[in-house]
Amino acid sequence: MRNIFSALALSVILAIPLPAMAAPSGVPAELQKWSFAGIFGTYDTNQLQRGFQVFQEVCSVCHGADLIAFRNLTEAGGPEFPESQIKQLASEYYIIDPELEEGERPAILADLWPSPYATERETREANNGALPPDFSVLAKARYIPRKFPLNFYDMARAYQEGGADYIYNVLVNYEDEPPYGVEIGDVQQYNAFLGGGITMMSPLMDELVEYDDSTVPLTVEQYAKDVSAFMYWMADPHLVSRKTIGLNVLIFLSVFALLMYLVKRRIWAGVKH
Amino acid sequence: MSSHSNYNPTNPVEKWFDERLPLIRFSKEHLMDFPTPKNINYWWTFGAVLAIMLVMQIVTGIILAMHYVPNIEMAFDSVEHIRRNVNYGRIIQGTHAVGASMFFFAVYIHMFRGLYYGSYKAPREILWILGVIIFLLMMATSFMGYVLPWGQMSFWGATVITNVFSAIPLVGNTILEFLVGGFVVDNPTLNRFFSLHYLLPFIIAAVVALHIWALHVPGNGNPTGVEVKSSADTVPFHPYYTMKDLFVIVVFFIPFAWFVFFAPDILGHADNYIRANPFITPAKIVPEWYLLPFYAMLRAVDFDLLFINAKLGGVIVMFGSILILMVLPWLDRSKTRSGNFRPMFRPFFWLFVLNFMMLMYLGAQAAEGIYVILSKVGTAYYFGYFLIILPILARIETPKPLPNSISESILDKYEAKALKQEKMRGEGNSEIQGKGGK
Amino acid sequence: MATNVKNDPNRRDFLYVTTAAVGAVGAAAAVWPLIDQMNPDATVKALASIEADISSIEVGQSVTFKWRGQPIFVRHRTPKEIADAIAVPLEDMIDPATDAERVVAGKEQWLVMVGICTHLGCVPQGQKPNEPKGEFNGWFCPCHGSHYDSAGRIRKGPAPKNLVLPPYEFLSDTLVKIG
Repeated sequence: MRNIFSALALSVILAIPLPAMAAPSGVPAELQKWSFAGIFGTYDTNQLQRGFQVFQEVCSVCHGADLIAFRNLTEAGGPEFPESQIKQLASEYYIIDPELEEGERPAILADLWPSPYATERETREANNGALPPDFSVLAKARYIPRKFPLNFYDMARAYQEGGADYIYNVLVNYEDEPPYGVEIGDVQQYNAFLGGGITMMSPLMDELVEYDDSTVPLTVEQYAKDVSAFMYWMADPHLVSRKTIGLNVLIFLSVFALLMYLVKRRIWAGVKH
Repeated sequence: MSSHSNYNPTNPVEKWFDERLPLIRFSKEHLMDFPTPKNINYWWTFGAVLAIMLVMQIVTGIILAMHYVPNIEMAFDSVEHIRRNVNYGRIIQGTHAVGASMFFFAVYIHMFRGLYYGSYKAPREILWILGVIIFLLMMATSFMGYVLPWGQMSFWGATVITNVFSAIPLVGNTILEFLVGGFVVDNPTLNRFFSLHYLLPFIIAAVVALHIWALHVPGNGNPTGVEVKSSADTVPFHPYYTMKDLFVIVVFFIPFAWFVFFAPDILGHADNYIRANPFITPAKIVPEWYLLPFYAMLRAVDFDLLFINAKLGGVIVMFGSILILMVLPWLDRSKTRSGNFRPMFRPFFWLFVLNFMMLMYLGAQAAEGIYVILSKVGTAYYFGYFLIILPILARIETPKPLPNSISESILDKYEAKALKQEKMRGEGNSEIQGKGGK
Repeated sequence: MATNVKNDPNRRDFLYVTTAAVGAVGAAAAVWPLIDQMNPDATVKALASIEADISSIEVGQSVTFKWRGQPIFVRHRTPKEIADAIAVPLEDMIDPATDAERVVAGKEQWLVMVGICTHLGCVPQGQKPNEPKGEFNGWFCPCHGSHYDSAGRIRKGPAPKNLVLPPYEFLSDTLVKIG
């Protein structure tokens, strides 16, 4: 009996990532305006801080982010929390350190974000057999498929935010009941964006997280947007500095190309070719 | 044509050096004074672009190897470590990844230029064949490089492509196990791919040296296809072509930088940001864009032909599509090199270019319905172009009269231009006069 | 004639000089990341300094911290050890140093040192109660027999220098920032 159950569980697990990775077949994605889009895009520090709050209070209960260090949360171009605040936050987490007699110690800035579970087995047992994906690069592992010629348009405007759009659309498209005729798993909820069931039950609801800034609405849409932006930052933490360097490089190359053109023309001026 | 240097070492140290190792003489001869046709156009600059791209890939690659760990447990994280923690790591890694795409973009322009202007024709057959070898080595290198981050696409790309070899009758599976070092793609595969990915670029560099050697024996071709007849047809490589090439390289770097700094992942696949998982295949496995035409041809063969089953047939077609380039100099026997003087050749050539792009598009689509039919048509045209169209054209086509020399063609061009200008000026004048009259 | 000069490709004029200068600046800017990537990365820099919590170290107890891949000895000295260390005449020492030079004024009970013998790089013994402390009640390096006293100064044996003091400061009575 137990074997049959594990076999079923396994088949569910193996099947789950497929809808998540395949092109979503449900309602079309609503692309959002991201502050970090385009060549002048930068992260909105306040949004990242709110996104971190959602991540910490809601997502991180099940999802890890094992490439993120506490120090990253203080670094320029990110949420830019004050160092003292993150030091305090880190010290509330424990890091397993076999070199120590006690076997663990409070985290410091240099430590990586601890996983919510110790082993994969423990993770699956706590999550109806599913394995909540790690958040570190998730925003780049997801995308909104774009057909020709839209994909060339995306190159021309440097659209890289498909992952954030994907996550946002998953989070805001949960429905209580699947539409007539659509079958989903026992431990799944229907998601209209994916056009099928997803094992992660709707994680957000209005007024779930209390923001310090009272002007920001406490809605699922706002939370989804903030946490998607935060996840995009986790996946691409150096975006701001990279784009800044990139603008300088483009300006330099344009000037240099113009000069090279003049040099080339000058050199060839006396030669019929 | 072997000696065209006017190098005369003046100081005794240079002279001493020159008598023992004439490195400066050699460089001057081949990089500076080398007589190059006056009339070669911008399509010829991509050789220099490719040389720069090879150097960039080697430099950034050596740097990445300082931080990368070729072990299946750590490869993915070590690439992320480069992106996140190494100083300028995100930019260096992005340059290497985007660089592969830019490299192939340049090589395709370079090859299509050769196809249009008949650069493969005598006496440049070896030059062309060396180029095809470089192209093959580039494909192998880029494929193995793509495996190294050990994401989902890395793993499944490696699995699918190595399985291609299992199509070989009798010994296929033995070869497959030999290639991957096990029963499936695993740690031994990653290790050897890393080693070979590091090695092959240097072999490419060596073949490039031969390629340039073979170029410098007959000298450059040119858009007329008429060989150089006198020094009036040429200019020294430096500064004329060094500066022209440099200008194009700088321009080429603009879209390159665009991708590196603003969209470093847009040319890759999102699935490669998922750690490799041998138990879950991504819904859609697609090679990098530059391999898509060949992938489309691999998939176009879905039928058995005599004793050749579909799988083997696809593999034969895919490898054949590149190997056929090697014998191209003997398939196209037309005496006229340049497409500019071949009126019948031109539409077939441009159709070939379009067909290649169509195959590229089809390679990224699911193998179903209309896409399969189009893939078959595209594959048929690809091979038909080389095996039927070019040999027949060589027999039936009447080329336009060639100019006597490069200088003559240039003079003709200038005369035509001057004539046109005069005509336009005449018209403009009459117009102004007409207005003034009112 | 004037046009000839203008068209001479070897003429060094303003345009060529400017272009060469701009190109050189660009090349230098492009080379710098290729060099800088060899410098310590962010993970290494993040551990360049550590904060050691010394609140739980009892009098007479030693604790080893890890800093930049090296052991850091932190000893909470007894009043006797401090008195002994002050009492030693400078001329008796191989590498003369007063006790005051080895500690922070007002926090004489805390001795913070890099736990690596200055002879050939072994880690001296004496941190744990059951380990030999050498003839001067400090540390003893078993590799070649160097004896260090209760201020970490070399007193006997082949080592040429006292145990090295790392850069450190007290953030509070119980927190030391090393590095």
